[in-house]
Amino acid sequence: MKIGIINYGIGNIGSVAGSLNNLGSDYIIIKKENDFDLIDKLILPGIGNFKKCKEILDSKNFTTKIREKVLIENIPILGICLGMQLLASFGKEGSGSKFIEGLNLIAGEVISLKEMGSKLVLPHIGWNNINIKKKSQITKNIPMNTDFYFVHSYAYTQINKKNIIAVAAYGVNFPVLINYKNIWGTQFHPEKSSKAGLEIIKNFINIDNVKN
Amino acid sequence: MLKIRIIPTLLVKTTGLFKGKKFLSDRYVGALMPSIKTYNMRDVDEIAIFDIEATDSRLEPSLELTKDISENCFVPITIGGGINKIEQVQKSFQYGADKVVVNSHLYKDINFISQVINEYGSQSIVASVDVKRVKNSWICYSNNGKINTGYEVLDWCKKIEKKGIGEIILCSIDQDGVMKGYDLDLIKYVTKNINLPLIASGGAGTYSDFEKAINSGASAVAAASMFHFTYRTPNEAKNYLLPKGIPIRKTFKSSLIL
Repeated sequence: MKIGIINYGIGNIGSVAGSLNNLGSDYIIIKKENDFDLIDKLILPGIGNFKKCKEILDSKNFTTKIREKVLIENIPILGICLGMQLLASFGKEGSGSKFIEGLNLIAGEVISLKEMGSKLVLPHIGWNNINIKKKSQITKNIPMNTDFYFVHSYAYTQINKKNIIAVAAYGVNFPVLINYKNIWGTQFHPEKSSKAGLEIIKNFINIDNVKN
Repeated sequence: MLKIRIIPTLLVKTTGLFKGKKFLSDRYVGALMPSIKTYNMRDVDEIAIFDIEATDSRLEPSLELTKDISENCFVPITIGGGINKIEQVQKSFQYGADKVVVNSHLYKDINFISQVINEYGSQSIVASVDVKRVKNSWICYSNNGKINTGYEVLDWCKKIEKKGIGEIILCSIDQDGVMKGYDLDLIKYVTKNINLPLIASGGAGTYSDFEKAINSGASAVAAASMFHFTYRTPNEAKNYLLPKGIPIRKTFKSSLIL
């Protein structure tokens, strides 16, 4: 099995690659369209802003490729931080108050924690505990209230409750672990969350690919 | 709830790890990568790495090191020492740093903060503020404690807060490496008057020093000598602090080997 880490030129993917190395998993860094042909699972990392990153995915034709892989070939995908937010139908970051279209893989909208009602200082940065709402393969070996590392100012909202596996609180409650069919997302950075984070990545590696 | 962080600080020259006292007499304490791997294995909250040669020698900070570090380290990495150009910041993030620390350069160009946060956000930049007690006040020093900047500590902290700095790592030069405890009056004085996370640095010798700094308002505690020269570890510090009601990230039990 080969995992593709989608590299769209912003930020660092060293720790994501390092964590797959550590877990003994085979991976490639996806830099161009053809690279998608070689892989069985996808990781979409993300640092930066929603609008800018979506534009890059569009310009490289990665948006179409990701949707094909995930929706037609049923390949599991894990979106990390901004990568999870990009799974949404719409997001507002970087576009004033206008909604920009996301990858539209798990219905929902991404707005700022401030707009959601949090009065705390943003960004939300540091180690925070998660509240697990639903049993899932992705949280195997992860006890309730495990701490993970967060850095973000925006969060997922308007999401079907059934798709929320865990939430965290920072002035408001917001989803931090989501899933719909073969599509997964973490608002925290598992690659920066030490052993707990690597357990999540390991669980993702162990998720079965559903045949068509 | 956000947790109080315990941060081991690693001071590096081109190849090895050093630790001084009051910013002088650098003692070699080992190679860098094994230490990073050890801290990573021990599940620390964050690691801070400072190149203590770069500013004085006017050499480019050895940022390439960051790449090796980030591929072997699964906690947030803070990198600093000699950073004075936006290209170095870009390089640091490309190589896998999560935050950069800037010190001496800010006294020359405070707008450097805006430059960094426009591109990477306010969480990406930490100001290191080194101070000495002078009569009844604290004065900021740059260039590894060598140059008196003339700024009173709170005047300076308020100035950089206004510019949007994400965090402040506040180091007492008088207490550094002495392991007799942080300058608690200093921590109280600064945290009462600014609204930013503050990392206490300089002086930790025992776990109760951490407790005192946290109760004085620090959001995180950094230590170097204590972890290098004593049997004390970040994990044991957590076991000490947890029953005292301090919100600490509990050690995660796992069979994974990092």
